[in-house]
Amino acid sequence: MKANPRDPSASRAPLVQVEGGAKFRLAPEIVLKTHDLIVRSRCLEERLIQMYKQNDGYFWIGGPGEECFNVPLGLNVKKGQGPKFDILHLHYRSSAILLAMGAEPIDSIRQMKNVATDPYSGGRNFSNHYSRREWNVVPVTSTIETQYASAIGSGIAHRREKDSITIVNGGDAGTAEGEFASCMIWSTRPREELPILMIVTNNGWGISTPSSQVQGAHRISDRGKAFGMKCGTINGMDLDEAWYGLKEYMDYVRTERKPALLEVMVTRLYGHSSATGANLVGGEADPLKALEAKMARAGLLSPEEAKKMYDDYTQSFREMAKKVKEEPMPDPSTIYDHVYHGQKGRYW
Amino acid sequence: MATMAQAIRMALHYGEEHLGLKDVFGEDVGQPLGGAFTCTQGLKTSWNSPLDERGIIGAAMGLGFAGSRCVAEVQFCDYIYNTIDLLKLAGNACWSSNGDWNVPMTVMTPVGSGIRGSIYHSHSFDATMTHIPGWKIVMPSTPLDAYGLMQACLKDPNPTMFLVPKALIRVRGEELIPGEPENEKELRERIDAPLGDRSKWRARWPEGLIDLEMPLSQAKIVREGESLTVVSYGRTLPLCVQAADQLREEGTTVEVIDLRTLWPYDWATIRASIGKTRRAVFVNEDTEVTNFGEHLLRRTVDECFYELEARPRLLAGEFLPGIGLADPLEAASVPQLHHIRDLLREVAREAA
Repeated sequence: MKANPRDPSASRAPLVQVEGGAKFRLAPEIVLKTHDLIVRSRCLEERLIQMYKQNDGYFWIGGPGEECFNVPLGLNVKKGQGPKFDILHLHYRSSAILLAMGAEPIDSIRQMKNVATDPYSGGRNFSNHYSRREWNVVPVTSTIETQYASAIGSGIAHRREKDSITIVNGGDAGTAEGEFASCMIWSTRPREELPILMIVTNNGWGISTPSSQVQGAHRISDRGKAFGMKCGTINGMDLDEAWYGLKEYMDYVRTERKPALLEVMVTRLYGHSSATGANLVGGEADPLKALEAKMARAGLLSPEEAKKMYDDYTQSFREMAKKVKEEPMPDPSTIYDHVYHGQKGRYW
Repeated sequence: MATMAQAIRMALHYGEEHLGLKDVFGEDVGQPLGGAFTCTQGLKTSWNSPLDERGIIGAAMGLGFAGSRCVAEVQFCDYIYNTIDLLKLAGNACWSSNGDWNVPMTVMTPVGSGIRGSIYHSHSFDATMTHIPGWKIVMPSTPLDAYGLMQACLKDPNPTMFLVPKALIRVRGEELIPGEPENEKELRERIDAPLGDRSKWRARWPEGLIDLEMPLSQAKIVREGESLTVVSYGRTLPLCVQAADQLREEGTTVEVIDLRTLWPYDWATIRASIGKTRRAVFVNEDTEVTNFGEHLLRRTVDECFYELEARPRLLAGEFLPGIGLADPLEAASVPQLHHIRDLLREVAREAA
């Protein structure tokens, strides 16, 4: 029977499976470093989920299943503050990106526990809602796709720079919002093209709604064709494909100073968020397991070593969470702090 | 004397030259039109954006994140409502990041009635905007204040909303902007784009424009009085002044306060005035339910109740879905001179 090209479940299949070879294109040290960050990110997210389930946090949302793409992204960012460096407009599944950029896992645990020491929001925001000015990570929002609108502005600023770019990511469901179209329209104005890397991590779901019910396009990336953008879809489940696919698009935007739209097929291992249970979902491919199987075949990492690494990180984050539980909650007298830059917000 | 449109233009030019303003954009903001109300004619940094309000506000936010100063215009505030969540995000970026980020950006949009703009060119926006924390919100009623407040917005590290009362946008001021030619014709010839082909036209900006260093959050007492206090802004402010001048002939002296900055507002000036007159009226033209004036009224009751000699009152627009086009409909929908004068008289005469 011929597959229906408009059924994303049919078109997703070849892009979320990892081929079973034993050879990496990436150098062994990069594979090992990336794997380490992927495990670290996975164990961190699982600790955050545990914290939610143990009533040590009110809401979990994150990105297990996206790590094979997100870690390479974090490692390849031109990191720094101000328009001479990449500016990142991220959504709430980006912990692996932050860890790859050098973020400390304990700070994610602090945000989950909403303690005063949370460096991203001072206990004000949900997990995975990062903000780090020294790395140009603008505040992650709960609103869907608005980051594609603000990315336009940093893209305009980056147009005046030589090699720094704007990076924006979001999920497949959010592409239904108008800001997604806005970003394509603004970044492809004739003679005013903007160096914006638009990333869509496609996990096939919008909360509980499968994309096959609400999206008719065969590929989301095809929408870029109408704007003359470089656009395409890659497998985000395979480290080599994700790394080189990302590099191709990132290098294009960095050197050509034009936008590109990159759709990355990923999975969603623990559902949308704690609102849908945050339980391991059956039938979703796990990029970490696939990576470790391939590393074993390549002789880079034995299953025993992989298990030990996972156990060590799990234990380490368990200890961190215990420590964070002892840290102070925000002082209620601070609620008006930072309504304005350097000013409280109570009326005058 | 300059109009408000010319004053804004000169302030933006000053911003380009001295305050780091790098982008002025919005629908029809660049050449050849220079803005639906000509506020951006002749600027070297102005450009036309796609017809996309969400993109406009988002672009301003992103430029702010990048530390690049901009002014984004939404052509009429009637069309800004689809950007509310972006306005909220701009307003909460500093707070939600616990002070890590700030977003310097200015949004300019014409508001209010007075040009027979019908349902979708007559909206007010002060009630909605003052519900969005994290912004500083101004609304001038004179060209001089428009000039000074725009400069203040351009220097502020926070999101600033510059509401332009469109009924006053072509009204000439009574005070000369420092550096402005005294001859109106000369000013027009220098900075008003000609009709027809404008491709070769360049503005000849007045030399000697200065930074007025006008602070935000400072109201102005436009008329001093003893009988009662009226607080207003935008289109209704000059009507309050006219009403006060008429009542003065009846022996009633009205203290008229131009709020100028709606948020954070100058309570000290309002409080001191009410402490003196013991009677207060708040006037604006946004719809009356959950109106910004209601907040001022509530605070007046909370803090001044035992000093008051009459009920504090709010005069605002009718709670309607829009402003009807026909003259009688518009006049019945938003405060007019006689409404203001009658209410001021009534409050002044109410028995203590």
